Amino acid sequence: MTLAVWIPLLLPLLAAPLARRLAEQLAPRAAALTLAATAAALGTAALASLGLLAVTGLLHLPYAAALAHFSPARRLPDALTGTQWAPAATAAVLALLLIGALAGRTAHHQLADLRRARRAIGDAPVGLRERLRRTGPATALTVLDDDRADAYALPGRPPRIVATTGMLAALSAPERAALLAHERAHLAGRHHLLLAAAEYAAACHPALRPLRGALGYHLERWADECAAVEVGDRALTARAIGRAALATARHPAAPRPRLAPAAAGGPVPRRVRALLTPAPPRHRRTVRTLAALALAGCLAATAVTTAEAGHDLHRAVETAQGERPAQHR
Amino acid sequence: MTDSPARRPAGELEAQVLAALWAAGAPLTPQQAQDAVDADLARTTVATILARLHEKGTVARSKAGRSFAYTPTVQDADGLAARRMRTELDRGRDRSTVLARFVSDLSDEDERLLRDLLGDQP
Repeated sequence: MTLAVWIPLLLPLLAAPLARRLAEQLAPRAAALTLAATAAALGTAALASLGLLAVTGLLHLPYAAALAHFSPARRLPDALTGTQWAPAATAAVLALLLIGALAGRTAHHQLADLRRARRAIGDAPVGLRERLRRTGPATALTVLDDDRADAYALPGRPPRIVATTGMLAALSAPERAALLAHERAHLAGRHHLLLAAAEYAAACHPALRPLRGALGYHLERWADECAAVEVGDRALTARAIGRAALATARHPAAPRPRLAPAAAGGPVPRRVRALLTPAPPRHRRTVRTLAALALAGCLAATAVTTAEAGHDLHRAVETAQGERPAQHR
Repeated sequence: MTDSPARRPAGELEAQVLAALWAAGAPLTPQQAQDAVDADLARTTVATILARLHEKGTVARSKAGRSFAYTPTVQDADGLAARRMRTELDRGRDRSTVLARFVSDLSDEDERLLRDLLGDQP
């Protein structure tokens, strides 16, 4: 097999840490979009490479070769497949099956979580009439009568902000406004779609897994900054987050998803500190530029090698079908 | 950003008023709700919002002197929602990141850091 097909499988090992490094130097919105786009691109490329490997292996089987109208005299050229095609193709097929299973599990969990959250607020399965009646994205607040402090944005139709009475009582009126603005920013920005992209990308390549946590953190920061703009007070927003977190700690609610690895202080103190920093933190320009260039290089290399691997397979298939590849186009 | 409160989407203001009612834990008149919301809303605006919430059945009202006092209603007639919520939450360790929570868990170290950052108000 040509080298090209392996590159997209190896580059995430380099690109994922680079993307996280770069995100630290960017404003929250740019950071989140960079992470989500990187995850989606690398995940797709890894999937494509595995697919190419699997197809190459498949075409060695007599039955598939016949289906593809290969002329018996010609085989896939060794330049493409090498002698080691069998283990590589078998591994690729197994990896694809594993990815399929992981993606299926992710989808199952997401649907189950959404359904459970809808049930918790007493939403009937949404009928057509209800959907039509909804006017605009007026994100309604749903309050759950529960002493434990908790609040979250529930995407879907209609999008909802859910808060417990425990959370509302723990905050002052301006802090509640910050909480509502934060959750509204999540829903308006459709942040759950970015998270979902990272989640499925993580299923495609293990090196992309750390991007989920990083993206989760930067999405929270993004919503924090939106809230700070809306209530016009960064310190107030910081206090709202801090008070909410302390209230949650006092009455621990259900176990929650660990969005970020606990390193150098958890995500909440970092968010609070970021908001209490008077000016946006001075970014290290050189680091940012270098990381951005390196990441762009990785993504470009991924795109080029994926396209080349695809092209190689295409040409080899045409050769095996008895066409003259060189004269094409 | 610089929008006057009146020009904000209705849902936003409703959410703030509703949050204030729940946080209060007692019936509020429009006057009291206005104080509790802490946005520069006119009392008439708050009264309108409360009337709209009442129409939707989100709040109940009772006569209080010359005006009405409003309490939020539990969504389910028998408070079933609350009980169901508890069990759902207990069962519901979220396995996906589909719900963006306001705050994630704190470690002991985080809690200490946070109190420092906030100037240690309990």
